[in-house]
Amino acid sequence: MQKSLYIDANKCTGCLQCEMACSYENYGMFNLSKSRIKVFNFEHEGRKVPYTCTQCADAWCMTACPVDAIRIDAATGAKIVHEDVCVGCKVCTIACPFGTINYVADSGKVQKCDLCGGDPACATACPTGAITYVDADWTGLDKMRQWAAKTDTQPRASA
Amino acid sequence: MGWTRKILRVDLTNGQCKSEPLNMQWAQQYLGQRGLATKYFVEEVDPKVDPLAPANKLIMATGPLTGTMASTGGRYSVITKGPLTGAIACSNSGGYFGAELKMAGWDMIIFEGRSPKPVHLSIENDKAELKDASHLWGKTTWDTEEIIKKTHQDPQTRVASIGRAGENGVLYACVVNDLHRAAGRSGVGTVMGSKNLKAVAVRGTAGVSGIKDFKAFMAATVAAKKVLADHPVTGAGLPKYGTQVLMNVINEMGALPTRNSQDVQFEGARDISGEAMHEKRPTDGKANLVTNAACFGCTIACGRVSQVDQNHFSVVNSPKYWGASGGLEYENAWSLGAANGVNDLDALTVANYICNEDGMDPITFGATVGAVMELFTMGVLSKEQLGMESPFGSAQALIDFAHMTAEGRGFGKELGLGSKRLTEKYGHPELSMTVKSQEFPAYDPRGIQGIGLAYATSNRGACHLRGYTVASEVFGIPVKTDPLATEGKADLVKAFQDATGAFDSSGLCVFTTFAWTLADLQTQVDTACEGTWTMEKLNELGERIWNMERLFNNAAGFTAKDDDLPPRLKTEPAKTGPAKGLVSGVEKMLPEYYKARGWDAQGVPSKDTLARLGL
Repeated sequence: MQKSLYIDANKCTGCLQCEMACSYENYGMFNLSKSRIKVFNFEHEGRKVPYTCTQCADAWCMTACPVDAIRIDAATGAKIVHEDVCVGCKVCTIACPFGTINYVADSGKVQKCDLCGGDPACATACPTGAITYVDADWTGLDKMRQWAAKTDTQPRASA
Repeated sequence: MGWTRKILRVDLTNGQCKSEPLNMQWAQQYLGQRGLATKYFVEEVDPKVDPLAPANKLIMATGPLTGTMASTGGRYSVITKGPLTGAIACSNSGGYFGAELKMAGWDMIIFEGRSPKPVHLSIENDKAELKDASHLWGKTTWDTEEIIKKTHQDPQTRVASIGRAGENGVLYACVVNDLHRAAGRSGVGTVMGSKNLKAVAVRGTAGVSGIKDFKAFMAATVAAKKVLADHPVTGAGLPKYGTQVLMNVINEMGALPTRNSQDVQFEGARDISGEAMHEKRPTDGKANLVTNAACFGCTIACGRVSQVDQNHFSVVNSPKYWGASGGLEYENAWSLGAANGVNDLDALTVANYICNEDGMDPITFGATVGAVMELFTMGVLSKEQLGMESPFGSAQALIDFAHMTAEGRGFGKELGLGSKRLTEKYGHPELSMTVKSQEFPAYDPRGIQGIGLAYATSNRGACHLRGYTVASEVFGIPVKTDPLATEGKADLVKAFQDATGAFDSSGLCVFTTFAWTLADLQTQVDTACEGTWTMEKLNELGERIWNMERLFNNAAGFTAKDDDLPPRLKTEPAKTGPAKGLVSGVEKMLPEYYKARGWDAQGVPSKDTLARLGL
């Protein structure tokens, strides 16, 4: 079964546990600047939104990479940066429509979410269920269900 | 481990910053944050120092768990001698600033001297420099943060700053970080202003990697987070209602100080409660509460984000208050509301915005307004002196006073003195609801007896966060005690004060203690910090800190007579509610407390007590 990260921003409180979990998983330290998931704060709207790579089926970063450093993990479907191949040209960062693959000056390579091999640390750490790891075919269906429930409130055609 | 082992010492007089190693021997005795910074402070500063003189110092300190995945691990404290109280001041704040400071590689910053001109400290990992702040002087904390982020071209920069209140010498100015989190009490922001230090901007990309046993620490934090999630207060009540979960509860108990403590129940409590924040306003069909929010690392998320009706009289011509911003916590809803008899939720919210924006402690500000309203009612202060009619319940007066105090205009200059100095000036010192010149918060000692002793003996002046016996007396945490009884409260207060000292020195939030005991803290500290950290060691550390602070205050000139409550609480019985007919029994509890502490009848720690604690 293919799984996918699913983000419900309405549940995010901005605690940044996800960012710390990500940096700990990948770098063995707590370091927000190294996190591959980012929580954005829209102060005047009172909204916090976690955002990371959605692992496009047809991944533009992968297509754009001139050295084939980005490859698919067959088990998880994650598009994974192979650091030993990456030359740090950053073309993928231009190709990605969502900005979720990023250059890291320290290493001279790019980094992106790799789904932690199928057990994403961010989803495990999230205390509110804003970040979940769900059956990929179910993505969006919770929202669909919520809207379906609201159809009851529509005016009914009279007989 | 746990610590970065680095201190930044900033000589404001000469404009120099230098790094020095952390005293690791002290770290083993005082842990971090409140304890460790206070140790540095008392070693370096004369207790008799004028709080606003260059010889006073100001320390911003993280704890060993700040910047880690421990829940609520984002705290920092500001330690100095407080200008409101003349006592040791130690104010604790959340948000993101503390974690950023730690991730930049610093355990604490010690500010010394006074800059000849306005400056701000800019930190980028191990680089620190003082920069001109003449363009920031006169700006609010909100504008200051925005300008600094633009100048640094880095939206991730975290900023702690003072607003106009701190510049104008309001004696209860805060240090505000991340727009609406504050090191709020005792005037720590006033000291910052006296040093011409407008702001501290931090960017930390080094991260926190010094953990003794990462694997064990992660397991300990996961277990502790589960305790928070499973507890009805930290897992349900606080996320839904914030600390405002208390408003109706405390009012029902007859322990909500109302109209400058003339009453213990407020007929408008329901209108300004956590429940009311969820309800749609009749005026625009929207609720005051937009969402809850967390500080760094916090899995409780008690913070409030609010939005007021754009047509409310207080904001109709001020679009800057139309967006979402930091909403009311219980203490502020009380101080800006019940303490003045104001039941207009949006007005309280806006008064709170002004306190955030210009960096004023809303507890002291609101309680001072309460005293002024009483003086107005008595005819001691006139409409001409105040600039407006100021009866209890006037939302207009509350809002106007907030602006005037922040900006140092008109009668606002006198409000900026706090209620102690103000009521003395007008011949009615008995109307100041203070201990050691600091206004007490939202629990009436006639209805909750133990908290009265906690106010009377708090080292930073009246305060609920130094020994929150309300947890026991109201919620039964960890054990239920009778709020109306004085028996056993001396030991209860001491136990809460000592445990709190350990939490305040760790980098974690004291609100966790609704669910956590010292044992939950112990597992996290012990796996993160080098050395062996037992429950006994943490408890003793809390007691050591308490006595260290006490010695500083005694040397500053405080005596047993300062461990007292305002006469109203001792002579005017509660008029309604479960505590009807009762006054505070502080005079009975105080000798018992001194005895429990191992202090003499004058409140001086005995030689044996000091020797036992290694002081």
